[in-house]
Amino acid sequence: MTVPEGMDRPKAGLRQRENLALLHEVSLATAGVSHVEMCIQCGTCGGSCPSAADMDHTPRKLFAMLRAGMEDEVLRSNTPWMCVSCYHCVVRCPQQIHIPDVMYMLKSKAIAAKLCQDSTAPDFSKTFIGMVETFGRSFEVGLAGWHYVTHYPLRLPAMAVMGFGLFTKSRMSILPKRIKGMDQLKAILDKAKTLEMSE
Amino acid sequence: MNDYIYYPGCSMEGSGIAYHESLMVVKKVLGMQLHEIDDWNCCGATEYLGTSTIPAYSLIARNLALAAQQTVGNKTVMAPCSACYLNLVKADHNMAESKVLGGKVNEALAAGGLHYDPGSLTIRHLLDVFINDVGLDTIKSKVTHPLTGMRVAPYLGCMVPRPDYGHQFSDYEQPTELDDLLRALGADVIDYPLKTECCGGHMAQIGPETAYEMIRRLVSTAENRQADIMVTVCPMCQMNLDAYQPETNSFFGTNYQMPIVFFTQLMGLAFGADAKEVGFGRELVSAKKALARIGVAAPAPAASAPRSKKPQGLPMPASKFQKKAAAEMAIKEGSK
Repeated sequence: MTVPEGMDRPKAGLRQRENLALLHEVSLATAGVSHVEMCIQCGTCGGSCPSAADMDHTPRKLFAMLRAGMEDEVLRSNTPWMCVSCYHCVVRCPQQIHIPDVMYMLKSKAIAAKLCQDSTAPDFSKTFIGMVETFGRSFEVGLAGWHYVTHYPLRLPAMAVMGFGLFTKSRMSILPKRIKGMDQLKAILDKAKTLEMSE
Repeated sequence: MNDYIYYPGCSMEGSGIAYHESLMVVKKVLGMQLHEIDDWNCCGATEYLGTSTIPAYSLIARNLALAAQQTVGNKTVMAPCSACYLNLVKADHNMAESKVLGGKVNEALAAGGLHYDPGSLTIRHLLDVFINDVGLDTIKSKVTHPLTGMRVAPYLGCMVPRPDYGHQFSDYEQPTELDDLLRALGADVIDYPLKTECCGGHMAQIGPETAYEMIRRLVSTAENRQADIMVTVCPMCQMNLDAYQPETNSFFGTNYQMPIVFFTQLMGLAFGADAKEVGFGRELVSAKKALARIGVAAPAPAASAPRSKKPQGLPMPASKFQKKAAAEMAIKEGSK
């Protein structure tokens, strides 16, 4: 696309794409059929969202930014990280866009592009996944312990009280459980990693 | 038709053990047979899906592939945890919807000698099974100790009524199934408009202030409507509203003491089971007062956790939410 001299948009050093490539790329990489190209900018999603107040862009705006090819801004946004997967937007969206699935995709993309602005959420996911890939099960004590020590040291006193409560009520097991088919699961996940959608 | 392939999920063995204990009692009364998927693995919750696609779906699909090998006369998988239920049903749905996804996931599964044809299993949540298979009449016929006089707030959370791929519930936002079930147990079910609002999910771990506000709203609405107890169908909701209620109180300067238990625990009580047998006493916010309403004594605590009254963390200027909550609390204290 050629733009007359002096008419090009200010880019502020950010990478932008002059076509719908970004929108299509995100849509194709989303699990299932995302319908994100169908967004009519009605704003029902943001209006239904319990965490919209804490987002830097509402989902509606984020989808407009995808269409505009504003890759860096989209991947730096905290919006996908604030999504609580409550599916209020999904059942109200007149275009049946798989909004949480698009958010999941954008999180993976932001991690790959190293554009997450806050490491708390990606680190929590990473720790969780590490446990699952080691034991085949989640391990609440290890996960919470490591996460609070590394990200919320100031919350540790309150967490210690909670942990003690959960422990005395036998709601926390100190040792992780390991599945029998760990080798099988590892083989599956190793293969899966080579087949990732965006690759 | 009372046989189900059973996917417990990790929290049934840990933080949600009261759900497991009460389900074991209730299924016996109702004559249900649960066949646990042999060597099932974690569903990945919302964490795995948020950082990868094919590995996350393959992790979930290993369970589906194992379940499909283990059919027990029917092909229905039942999951009691909302997040596990949604992940299983979502993987099945999206693998069928997108041939590319389905193909890649099966290519990964093949590395472990497994295969799954999407659509070959029916995946359902425990509440759906109780309502649509067992039926309210059967449940009602088993009630020996009706919960008369106990005011219960029915709380479903998000992932069971939404997106509801199988259309098992009457409404996405105000379904009445849990109300009906609790009413069949004889409970006084309050009108609880936030019944499918979010508990905060993993925000308690990654964005606590967002979670505290969600928890406060749910708990304060239940209390304003004079509920004795809240009931949930999801281990994550129970954990957030129960274990993080003290932290939420510290944050807002409030003093809510709203117990939250699993719906199966109340079913167990109504069927005549002992409170301890169905996991009472495991909740951090004590259900003692609520149990007293129906003349049931709370199990003796194993040990009491020290309770910190001082807000944790550094002194920070109060946010608008904190100020609002403190003002509401002051008005309520004054009116008592």
